[in-house]
Amino acid sequence: MGSFHFEVRDDRVAIVTLDCPGSSVNMLSPSLIGELESELLGILDDPGVVAAVLASGKPSTFIAGADLKTLEAIGEASEAEAFSRRGHALLDRVARCGKPVVAAIHGAALGGGLEVALACSHLIASDDPATVLALPEVMLGLLPGAGGTQRLPRRVGLPAALPMILTGQRIRARKALRMGLVDAVTTPGGIAGTAARAALELANGRGLVRRPLPLAVRLLTFSPLRLIVLRAARRQVLRRTRGLYPAPLAALECVRVGLARGEEAGKDAESRSFGRLVVSRPAKSLVFLFNASNAVKKPAEGAKSRAVRRLGVVGGGFMGAGVAGVSLAHCPVVVKDIADGVLSSCIRAVAGGLDKQVRSGAVARIERDRRLSRLFLTTDPAELAGCDLVVEAVFEEVELKRRVLAEVEAVIGEEAVVASNTSALPIAAIAAEARRPERVLGMHYFSPVHQMPLLELVVATRTAPWAVDTARALGIAQGKTVIAVKDGPGFYTTRILAAYLNEAMLVLEEGAAIEDVDAALKDFGFPVGPIALLDEVGIDVGAHVARDLGGAFAARGLSSSPLLPRLAEAGYRGRKNRKGFYLYPAGGKKGRKKVNTEVYAFFGGAGRRRVPRPEIAERLGLTMINEAAHCLEEGVIASPRDGDLGAVMGLGFPPFSGGPFHFVDHDGAGTIVDRLHGLTERLGPRFTSAGILADAARDGRRFYPD
Amino acid sequence: MAFSSDVAVIDGCRTPFVRSGTAFTDFTTYDLGRTAVAGLLHRTRLDPDAVDLVVMGSVLADPATTNLAREVALGCGITTSAPAYTVTVACVSSLQAILDGVRAIQTGAARVVIAGGAETFSDVPIRFRRPVRKRLIASQKVRGLRDRLGLAKGLRLKDLLPEVPAIAEFSTAETMGQNAERLAKRLGISREEQDAWALASHQRAARATVEGLLARQIVSAWAPPRYEREAFDNGIRGDSSPAALARLKPAFDRRFGTVTAGNSSFLTDGAAAVLLVRADRARELGLQPTAIVRASAMTGADPREELLLGPAFATPRALDAAGIRLDQLGVVEFHEAFAAQVVANLRLLADETFCRERLGRRGAVGRIDSERLNAWGGSLAVGHPFGATGARLVTTCCHRMRFENARYGAVAACAAGGIGVALVLERA
Repeated sequence: MGSFHFEVRDDRVAIVTLDCPGSSVNMLSPSLIGELESELLGILDDPGVVAAVLASGKPSTFIAGADLKTLEAIGEASEAEAFSRRGHALLDRVARCGKPVVAAIHGAALGGGLEVALACSHLIASDDPATVLALPEVMLGLLPGAGGTQRLPRRVGLPAALPMILTGQRIRARKALRMGLVDAVTTPGGIAGTAARAALELANGRGLVRRPLPLAVRLLTFSPLRLIVLRAARRQVLRRTRGLYPAPLAALECVRVGLARGEEAGKDAESRSFGRLVVSRPAKSLVFLFNASNAVKKPAEGAKSRAVRRLGVVGGGFMGAGVAGVSLAHCPVVVKDIADGVLSSCIRAVAGGLDKQVRSGAVARIERDRRLSRLFLTTDPAELAGCDLVVEAVFEEVELKRRVLAEVEAVIGEEAVVASNTSALPIAAIAAEARRPERVLGMHYFSPVHQMPLLELVVATRTAPWAVDTARALGIAQGKTVIAVKDGPGFYTTRILAAYLNEAMLVLEEGAAIEDVDAALKDFGFPVGPIALLDEVGIDVGAHVARDLGGAFAARGLSSSPLLPRLAEAGYRGRKNRKGFYLYPAGGKKGRKKVNTEVYAFFGGAGRRRVPRPEIAERLGLTMINEAAHCLEEGVIASPRDGDLGAVMGLGFPPFSGGPFHFVDHDGAGTIVDRLHGLTERLGPRFTSAGILADAARDGRRFYPD
Repeated sequence: MAFSSDVAVIDGCRTPFVRSGTAFTDFTTYDLGRTAVAGLLHRTRLDPDAVDLVVMGSVLADPATTNLAREVALGCGITTSAPAYTVTVACVSSLQAILDGVRAIQTGAARVVIAGGAETFSDVPIRFRRPVRKRLIASQKVRGLRDRLGLAKGLRLKDLLPEVPAIAEFSTAETMGQNAERLAKRLGISREEQDAWALASHQRAARATVEGLLARQIVSAWAPPRYEREAFDNGIRGDSSPAALARLKPAFDRRFGTVTAGNSSFLTDGAAAVLLVRADRARELGLQPTAIVRASAMTGADPREELLLGPAFATPRALDAAGIRLDQLGVVEFHEAFAAQVVANLRLLADETFCRERLGRRGAVGRIDSERLNAWGGSLAVGHPFGATGARLVTTCCHRMRFENARYGAVAACAAGGIGVALVLERA
């Protein structure tokens, strides 16, 4: 079956409709490109055709981009490069056919999809919220390999093109029109017909006239002045990627070459870079993460989930408000707290978040109102009656959580699930006195909830599968990447984080400087250093977790640093009281934080010594990896995939590496075990390799056999 | 008229009623309506997809939401397939909305209806005066500077002042307050009598608030910009005294008047809504009926001399239709526009001459002892958002019937133009 069909209308306008069979979206695959080569070009060359429209037959996608399966299957750079060159050849023919070709864009035009549109002479977009234009390739470690780095800057100017090319910025219809990315905006229904009218007018020498770019933009794009823009962009990219992600730099280079030496040279650079990137480690890792998180966004086969038609949230604080905010699109939410003041800040946060989405065009105003209308705030636990699932998000204290659980169980139905949003407290302890422990589990959200993609479900031994499935389905509806882990101290993410932070404390005790520790791990690829992270989470919270996990670690002969609890007792709590490992200037978020040298008194005095940053990164990084391996060995996580997703999506483990288990596969279990052994010799038994690592090293096994 | 298929009132609720210009200044009529309807949906745990019709009353329409009911329904996530429309009959607008809902159910057009109303006086549609409006409309057609300048000809400076909608009768050019004065003088209702009624209304409302009786009908509102909880009516003055009321100056007739700000209802922002369902379908929807609508009546009277006498005209008609007598009513809720108006209606219902001459009855309808009437306070204390008052009256009547275990209850109100509406309910 063909991937597109076409008709030539009486007015001699050809309407070509892409409609890849067997898929809900259109994707660029070699077979589609083959069809386009053999047929589309013929239509355009047909003297009986005066103009053409390129449209999609899918309900909410124009073209979603290149088929990732195709890219994943590529083993050689030359193969990928050839794929890109083939795309260039096809799109160049479209661009140079000499007839008006209008892209009718309704729905997502992403990556290669937008590049196809850019090769058309004119673009018309629908004003639907589903219509999004973006070049997200860099987020997958790639670059736009079908002329995007060439045609986009020429169309919208360098200053507007770079954020799209370098960060994957998403553009909606109205903004696209303003910046000149599209030539007109219309309503979604009959967009192909509207585009055909425009195409016919163009063929008759009238119609859509593109406004020239403002002089300043033209100067910054086409005159040597662009070097200023390019240099600034380069600096920004280096600061953001710390040199770990080659794609944005390569894309920037293609843009530069194209503007300096012409489109042909630019496309040539594009194809070569594309080839190299497709087989690079960051791309392989990022594509894996993308696919893996999509895979867990579908409910498992035979899931026994029960519908959540009304959600309860106990505790309207930052986390509770976050959970409510991501749920309102799905169902009504009842938030219960003991204080009106907390409820007030809860609705303020939810409304503020929605207002922001309304401004960006992501949410229509009436939809904002609809969601806010579904939010019910109360101090009366009885109002939770009728909730199918209640997420408890109160302070991390077992006694308190037990009390809340009892209060919730007293009012909800027999079939309702109760989830505790805890980052470390064992679910078994919280559910110890539950009337129906089989419906109790953990739902560990990450802060801020609307931004962090991970949801860690914590399954206690007594938790029933239907409760897990119900919570998972809710998490998926909330847009989360859901992994299920076994109950135990720290579950998975908190446990590997605690081990890592503990090592950070030990490094400080040995005399390292705070800024060295944070810089080392940022160089390693974490978005935030461990010490700064502690300040964000709260030193008191960190101390709480350290105490809870200390016992479990001690049982394995691991030394825990006693310093976090001591710091917390001394009143250092982190960003929330502006006094932690760093000092935070009062007022604005803008002020830069400074290292708080006072805390060195707890870590052996003000005199600091230089510990080489790579050494710090090695110690902390391997600690986290080794702890993750322990978790896999103990069955806390079900698979390396879950372990990788959890570490990257929840903790910011360097995404370019693909997660701890991919990291091991990349370096080889053998070297990892050797390096851990070296650290054990020098620093003690806490670096003893997990058995599963030692086994993998001995058998030469990989966690992901290809 | 006897109803063919029973209509049940499940429950009702409302936002707090607040003095205009206070807590809800940043709420539009639409926001208020949304708060009440969303609260009703939550309280009754009704699936928004089960709603068949939404009718809302409102008086001073916001030009942006002239079909208020539709916008409220959409903003609450009620299924788009349920039609929604807005009615306006001055102060009985939401009673009319409820009657429309009742009829839609009786005729089989709907099974589940949300009926209510909303009003804000914190943001009334203030207009340019007629001379300016005329020129603004004309200016859309003119071309050239000269024509444009010509438009300014004949415009006086005071024409540029904005025009605030007056609460006045179109037919008589009399404001409601002036008409209350007219009524008080004609019937000889004293200042003391009026103040005493007003004081009782405030004290009753204050007590009902303290005892948590009103909390059951109020759904908290979290209004921007601060989103702080508003859970209580803020116009109730339970600590007022006869002396304090006596000190107030007459508001509408400085010289001979008796009607003051203290014994009149005040400008109020608020919304209310009730859930009506076909009685025989309540159970399958998981709903518990509170009362059955037994009868209703709508009347007209002389807009000059009988403007505020709606309850006296409509109540006996509704009682007759229900086939019961006044003394069988356990609960009575009359709208209180002015203390003088309540006293006048009570007096005339007990007045043989009036009942004979104006109602065409053989004798007096009867007396309503004050325990049965507005026991939890009335509009004088709670407030009177025009479009919402009717739904508040029905809600309060139902809640009182439940609380007092009364078999029959009645609601009545007057409205501009001399319109009256009454409704008789029976405990389900």
